[in-house]
This record gives sequence, C-alpha cells and structure tokens, in this order.
Amino acid sequence: MTHAVELPLWAAIVVACLLLLGAFLTLVGSIGLLRLRDFYARVHAPTLATTLGIGCVLLASMLFFTVLQTRPVLHEVLITAFMVLTTPVTLMLLTRASLYRDRREGSPDVPPIPARPLPKDGAER
Amino acid sequence: MSAAILFWAVLVAQLLLAAAMCCAVVRLLQGPRAQDRVLALDTLYVNAAILLLVFGIRTGSPLYFEAALLISLLGFVATAALAKFLLRGEVIE
Repeated sequence: MTHAVELPLWAAIVVACLLLLGAFLTLVGSIGLLRLRDFYARVHAPTLATTLGIGCVLLASMLFFTVLQTRPVLHEVLITAFMVLTTPVTLMLLTRASLYRDRREGSPDVPPIPARPLPKDGAER
Repeated sequence: MSAAILFWAVLVAQLLLAAAMCCAVVRLLQGPRAQDRVLALDTLYVNAAILLLVFGIRTGSPLYFEAALLISLLGFVATAALAKFLLRGEVIE
C-alpha cells in the first residue's frame, strides 16, 4: 500500500467506508442466496450485490484513482451502466426458464398457465 | 495514517467478499435444481468482478478494472446462454 501514502485522510476514510459498505452488501446478498427457501425468493438476493454492492465499490475506486492521479477517472461508470442494464435481462430470462421447467413438471408451487381467452366472433384476428 | 486505514479496509472487504463467494459456491454445489446453480454462478461472477476492483485499489494499478469489465461481460453472456439452454434445450437454434 505504498502508493496510498500521499492520499489525503478524508479521501482514505470515504474510500474505506464505501469499500466496507459494498463488501458487506455483497455478503448480505450471497447469504440471502444461501438461506432463502425457494428459487423465486432466491433470485432477488444477488441483485443487492449487482446494484448496491458493485456500485459502492465502483464509487470507491473512482474516488481513489481520481484523488491519486489528480484528474477525473470515470471509466468505472462503464461497469455500472453495464451491470444495471444486463442484470434484469439475465435474471428475467432465468426466471422464465425456471417457470417453464416448473410448469412442465406440474409443480404445485407455481400458478398454472392462464387459460387463453376465446376469440370473440367479429373481433380482430 | 491514510495508508493504514485503507490497508485494513481493503483487507476486511476482501475477507467479506471471500465469504460471499464461499456462500455462492455452497449454493452452486448443493443447489437442488439447475436454475439454482446458474443463479449461483452468476453471483459468483459478480463477486469476482467486485473482488478484482478491490484488488485494483490495493495495488493502485488500473489494469484490474479491465479484468473486472471482462468478467462482468462474460458473466452476462454465460448466464443468458445458460438460461436459454434451460428454456429451450439448446443455445443456438
């Protein structure tokens, strides 16, 4: 950690707090992944890590390199934007796949496929 | 002083992230069904990306950022492909 000696104290404290908060939220998300009872409850837990956890760590990294190199270092925004865009897509795909598999097996834990409404006469086809 | 604060914060953050990765690995190994394992793998990818960012702060080298970006990209592609496989039985139709 010799490169961090010239870091001012306020920046060190803020970076340390953000790092600890991000790591703690990631741990909470992973514990939720381990402890919650079924898949549809479990799929919510890791989103804590993918939004708040990685967000806090990226903020800490941005602040650290900005102060250390005395110029704005903003490329961490790339990861933030990417995670925010891709996490809902992947998890919804995964949940649909799981719902499809559960319905095919006739599992009693998921609602059945809703009956398709009959087309009315004269309605647009 | 600031180096000491940062050293301990980075150490504790790395330990917390390692514990988080252990939780994800346990779920990956015991997950009752395939979708649980895929979800655990996705969590593992995200945790690895966060751990690499913390490594970048520890060493002061911006190179780790690119590795974290690559891991998050590959994690997205892998999870999307696995979900497609679970849904349809094949990835590319």
